[in-house]
Amino acid sequence: MKNILDLTIRETSDLLSSRQLKAQELAQAFLESAHELNKKLNSFITICDDTALNQAKKVDKLIANGQKLNPLAGVPFGIKDLFSTKDIRTTAGSKVLENYVPVYNATSVERLKGADAVIVGKTNLDAWAHGSSGENSDYGPTCNPYDFSRVPGGSSSGSAVSVASGSSLAAMGTDTGGSIRLPASFCNVVGLKPTYGRVSRYGVIAMASSLDCIGHFTKTVYDNALVLDVTAGEDGLDSTCIFQKQDDFTSDIKKGVKNLKIGLPREYFEKLDQKIKQLILEAVKKLEKLGSNVDNISLPHTEYGVATYYIIQPSEVSSNLARYDGVRFGRTREQFGSEAKRRIILGTYTLSSGYYDEYYLKAMKVRRLIRNDFIKAFQKVDVIICPVSPTLPFRLGGKVNNPLQMYLADIFTVTANLAGVPSLAVPCGFINGIPVGMQIIGPDFSEKLLYQVGHTYEQETKWYERRPST
Amino acid sequence: MKKNSKLKTQASLIIDIDYVSKLANLPLSNKEKALFKKQLKDVLSYISKLDEIDTNKVEPIAHIADLVNITRDDETSPSLSQEDALKNAPKIYNGFFEVDAIFEEQ
Repeated sequence: MKNILDLTIRETSDLLSSRQLKAQELAQAFLESAHELNKKLNSFITICDDTALNQAKKVDKLIANGQKLNPLAGVPFGIKDLFSTKDIRTTAGSKVLENYVPVYNATSVERLKGADAVIVGKTNLDAWAHGSSGENSDYGPTCNPYDFSRVPGGSSSGSAVSVASGSSLAAMGTDTGGSIRLPASFCNVVGLKPTYGRVSRYGVIAMASSLDCIGHFTKTVYDNALVLDVTAGEDGLDSTCIFQKQDDFTSDIKKGVKNLKIGLPREYFEKLDQKIKQLILEAVKKLEKLGSNVDNISLPHTEYGVATYYIIQPSEVSSNLARYDGVRFGRTREQFGSEAKRRIILGTYTLSSGYYDEYYLKAMKVRRLIRNDFIKAFQKVDVIICPVSPTLPFRLGGKVNNPLQMYLADIFTVTANLAGVPSLAVPCGFINGIPVGMQIIGPDFSEKLLYQVGHTYEQETKWYERRPST
Repeated sequence: MKKNSKLKTQASLIIDIDYVSKLANLPLSNKEKALFKKQLKDVLSYISKLDEIDTNKVEPIAHIADLVNITRDDETSPSLSQEDALKNAPKIYNGFFEVDAIFEEQ
């Protein structure tokens, strides 16, 4: 048998249901790995031994009773420490919430528990999800498991690293401007930013409400679809999460890519590391060989993405963080770290009297143009393929003193959030042992198609089998 | 794209950092004020890129999927207990959150 930590969800689920593996053994193995690797990688803020073992015990009992369980039953999950977890401390990576213990679960956590998933722990992140590197955490940075001197990408840094390094089998994250796709791409794992409104945001500490999406990390595309099967769907507690037909996300995953139309947006291939460009074009060639058609397209407002994003996002951040006043929970506002303070100041300025029209309203107009670019493109092509990051994971400390440079790391990812469309980050190779990922972007609610394309490519390459040597 | 210079250029930007800090209810040290003022200028200068786009005839996005007025049925359902709601409060008094006095004495 393979090393238990290298299994996929699908393989684990088969072993559990055929009683070749006990959920308690599985939980134990992942907890040990989490404790051991945390010393080097710092991917968890809290590890939940007792909760995890109790949940696993319950799963073993259900299996012994012959119950048919969800494929996620017994699967060890990492949960970004931005998700409210009942009776488990939730810090948002900030000292402000150092002592905060929620009295309710986020909807997505509730659904995972309903599917009998096991929570290994709460993962590290840039405080309040503000960052592209993981370095803004008040609990110390997380390291990239493929090269300890490099960043793992942020803000869902610990979630990506826990899956990549084998201390969780899947992990939840949030993506407001790239916070799932960037760390997924930097750590050789699959990360989904779903369509805005596909997954309930209830109980997840809000960053920028018109952009926030709840997604997750897995080793494989198939596993990723299994998680979305559980987390997606209408929730009366989130007014944006409604009116969608519930897909079975794995049902068409093996249909291939014959006659699929792929668009390559020229604006995403102009300024980037040439080796990354080459890897992505090789991936596209593979899909072309498998029967898809490739076309060059244009998303003309791409270059305005980051500027638009850095008006809308801090504005909404300043409003969402206004509730942290140390009266009902948490500590006082002096405890915010410098990035949160910076964004509160920027957002308060752009929303202040006399500036709203010039900044926020202007940005919401440009946002319309960015969304229209995508709508127009999807009249011509089925999916868009482009890079996640213009560079390889940068060195720890490399950009911490230059906020604007750090913001520009999101140049290829913010547009999907501004447009609301789903994007799947899939590993597409290595450069000198460092992972590279690509995005597969589709129209609203096309996650099923994205999985189909991602799975087809993954079958050809199986980059997920290349584990870091931690 | 047409030049439509509505956003201010960096040189003409006037930032009253004390006023913004007060609006945000966010106490800042003098060092932070100086640093954030500079960084705020840098970012705003970058953002002024949007000047290049003529948006006069563009409708701003209110909701990305154009949803309007989503409401739930007006029915009561169980919510947090008083005990749970107060569980994380740093200071409580007789089942209430306790706060410092808001009005200053003259």
